Amino acid sequence: MAYPYRHDREVRVMSEAFGDPAARTLEGWKARGGYQGIARALEIGRAATVDEVKASGLRGRGGAGFPTGVKWSFMPREQNPGRPHYLLCNADESEPGTFKDREIIRWTPHQLVEGCLIGAYAIGAAHCYIYLRGEFFEATGVLAQALEEAYAAGLAGPDVLGSGVQIDLTLHVGAGAYICGEETGLMNSLEGRRGEPRIKPPFPAAAGAFGMPTTINNVETLAAVPGILRHGGEWYRQWGTEKSPGTKLFCVSGHVSRPGNYELPLGFPMMDLIEDVCGGIPGGKALKAVIPGGSSVPIMSADECESCELCYEGVAAAGSMLGCASVIVMDETADIVKQVRRMADFYAHESCGQCTPCREGTAWASRILRRIEEGRGKPDDLDTLLQISDQMTGTTICVLSDSLAAPIVSAIEKFRDEFLALIRRGERVGAA
Amino acid sequence: MPDNGRSPAGAATVTLTIDDREVTVPKGTSLLEAAALQGTALPHYCYHPGLSAPAQCRICLVEVEGAPKLQPSCVTMAQDGQVVKTDSPEALKMRKGVLEFYLVNHPLDCPICDMSGECKLQDYVFAEGREHGRGREPKRVFGRDDFGGDVLYYGDRCVMCTRCVRFMDEVARDSRLTVVERGSRAVIDTFFDEGLEGASFAGNVVDICPVGALVSKDFLHKARAWDLDSTPSVCPGCSQGCNIELHTRDNLVQRLKPRENAEVNGHWMCDFGRANYEGLNRGGRLEAPAAGRGAKRRPAGWDEALGQLFARLQAAAGADVKIVGSAEWSCEGLAALAAVGAETGEVSARVFRSRCAADEDRLPGFPALARRRDLAPNVDGARTLGFSRVGGEDAAGGLEEVAAHDGVLFVLGDDLADQEAAFGEAASLFVYMGAHGSEAAANADFVLPVTTFAEQEGTFVNVQQRVQRFWPGLRAPGEARPAWLVLGALLAALRGGEAAPASAAAAFSWLAGERAAFAGLSYEGLGAEGAPLAAPAGGNGAA
Repeated sequence: MAYPYRHDREVRVMSEAFGDPAARTLEGWKARGGYQGIARALEIGRAATVDEVKASGLRGRGGAGFPTGVKWSFMPREQNPGRPHYLLCNADESEPGTFKDREIIRWTPHQLVEGCLIGAYAIGAAHCYIYLRGEFFEATGVLAQALEEAYAAGLAGPDVLGSGVQIDLTLHVGAGAYICGEETGLMNSLEGRRGEPRIKPPFPAAAGAFGMPTTINNVETLAAVPGILRHGGEWYRQWGTEKSPGTKLFCVSGHVSRPGNYELPLGFPMMDLIEDVCGGIPGGKALKAVIPGGSSVPIMSADECESCELCYEGVAAAGSMLGCASVIVMDETADIVKQVRRMADFYAHESCGQCTPCREGTAWASRILRRIEEGRGKPDDLDTLLQISDQMTGTTICVLSDSLAAPIVSAIEKFRDEFLALIRRGERVGAA
Repeated sequence: MPDNGRSPAGAATVTLTIDDREVTVPKGTSLLEAAALQGTALPHYCYHPGLSAPAQCRICLVEVEGAPKLQPSCVTMAQDGQVVKTDSPEALKMRKGVLEFYLVNHPLDCPICDMSGECKLQDYVFAEGREHGRGREPKRVFGRDDFGGDVLYYGDRCVMCTRCVRFMDEVARDSRLTVVERGSRAVIDTFFDEGLEGASFAGNVVDICPVGALVSKDFLHKARAWDLDSTPSVCPGCSQGCNIELHTRDNLVQRLKPRENAEVNGHWMCDFGRANYEGLNRGGRLEAPAAGRGAKRRPAGWDEALGQLFARLQAAAGADVKIVGSAEWSCEGLAALAAVGAETGEVSARVFRSRCAADEDRLPGFPALARRRDLAPNVDGARTLGFSRVGGEDAAGGLEEVAAHDGVLFVLGDDLADQEAAFGEAASLFVYMGAHGSEAAANADFVLPVTTFAEQEGTFVNVQQRVQRFWPGLRAPGEARPAWLVLGALLAALRGGEAAPASAAAAFSWLAGERAAFAGLSYEGLGAEGAPLAAPAGGNGAA
């Protein structure tokens, strides 16, 4: 198959149709078993739908890995008058290194539409908003087309599949801000405010979008739901580990021969992913470091990758986080200082600016890193960076600044020599 | 009664421990407020008691036992049995860290910053910040921006607490300010070119700015905060009677600042009142008593002038008396004036003149506060004391009968600017008491210099019928005396040896004994926040 790269060890539950334009249409998707999940959900009822997802053990694919069925069960059982429930689909995929949601939407938009319908039904929401990243131009067109088809076929709207259940789907295109992928920042943005995360409590299940009970799920999470409803929760558990059931899309980028999206069972060995599935590092170079879950997680050294299993608990045991499984591979030629500085630039650029530690800390860290990279570092800069990182961790409304602190701290801990070499070189040539 | 966590008043309370000390506070009190009640002032920027709390400055973080990380005390509600540490090593470390972040881009231009000396960044860094900064990076520069109205914005000094944005949104309900850009590039800006121009409460954003980011153009580089004396007072701009502080230097009022009073003005005041202080600094004052009409006028000492006046009043016993008062003079002065008139003869007119605006200007987020139609501070006091308003909305005219009066004529505090030199020509006795001389006082038999409210103690009654005290912030010029002192002495003499009030407190207690509306009030009891007049029995005597 042509879709950029495929591999025999993949388990293509969600991604089978990637690269197949015929699957984009409603007809094509139905021919591949589409919309059987929502039909079953409507048949077994709300509570049983939530139970099915609980039984599958599906964990949120947006990065935090919170069990989806449990999250759904936080919603009020009955809708209070004047307090409609909302489902939000977080399609503001912008974590550096991540490109799975875009592919789900591009190739299998109906998979997401069906997931949204099931999710909305399960939490008693008559309205689901899909908040799509502003830069996803192609995905916008594809998803809008799919929504139109779904409405025309009576799959969405006032009477889903003749059940009398109303579920409206609205596509909302963002303006391109990383912070609007944070769930409460997304809600503010959706409501037309500045995309600034909100203080919790209240949690979204109590007061989310428009102040109403809200559940927010990642695209990949919702896309996994139709299969679970169609085949049952136990079916989903045949892959993955006890604590991380199922399959997951891994977005591999960086120094590998075949970068791309690969759907693998959770618990897959990291080195197999890099060397076998992705064809190893080009030119026979040595592995230096891996960022396993998108730019916000601690960097792993080559040693730590050796026996690491790619599941939530496996990566945690190796000292990092699975996050959204965006594996960035760096070989021996990679300049760690530069990589960290680039991340710092990103976070400084994307900080919403509400909380002082994040607003000032991310920008300050990025400037210090830039100075070190340019050979004008001072020996105490590393201590300053570590302290800044400490002061940025756990002190703010959302975790954006924590997300920069993690790579900075891990990079300094694991690659201190590279920083020191730059600082010393600068001192030698007498840079001010 | 079983202990159900309710105080006798019925309000639910919670008891918690802050820094090893137990404190009981009403339910719904934030940790920051609870700590303040217990005596611990936690640093804060974004929190302001008159606004919503976004918990974004992150400097009020405290340790709460059982919480995984530090909690923002401004939005964390006090709970029963909670154990809070405001000075734990972790909390102190984070506060120090946050303060360091504030200084990363702060220009440290304290020597030329108007806020220096009353700046919360200075205070907090001095108290808990690092001794030396570690920043080596060049600071970002925004420059300054004229926001319109009286407000100037120095972006470099801004701590992004967004109090100003929230004031305009929530209290003024006139969203003219916003945060633009994000991250460390974020600044406060106006939506449109006119900015704050014409927004009548925008001056408050200068007061609530915790640093020198928003400054008053009027006050710009005028005085250093530590050179100013602050005196509690009442705004003379209108009958709302906003509680204010007179900030003075070199015996001149430099600016007015609102003083908190939940019943009257909250934390706020209007721009009209704020800008309306130059009159208090007006020169050309009457400085010494004088006696004699026209060309015969000679300076006289107080003893001489009052002695002569007393004799003339005794001689005029039973005469027809007309009195012109002023809504800018204290209740004590006006009451004593009315009493002197009544002691002398038959009072046939007790009037005052004051300016009126076309309409009210209400603060939507604090509706008790409005710039009222009556543009004088004691209109309601004057009315309560039996004075009625005459003349036009421009405080002119209406004195035709008084001007031609042939009996005894008293004028207090009205400088008769619109009156002719022939004013009072026919009067058998004409006493003029004021801060400034007047061409229309040429026929006065006595010209007595009295102090303005800013130079004396006393009370005003505001539009809510609330009696409010003010204190002297300026030294009186020359021999000028408070009206209540001058008239009190005369009244005591006329009444045959009654003790004259020697203090403002004595003058007020005399007033409370003399006038039913003031009965039961004590000067001491009024305190800095005032108290309502006794409920009027069938009308308050207002015209």
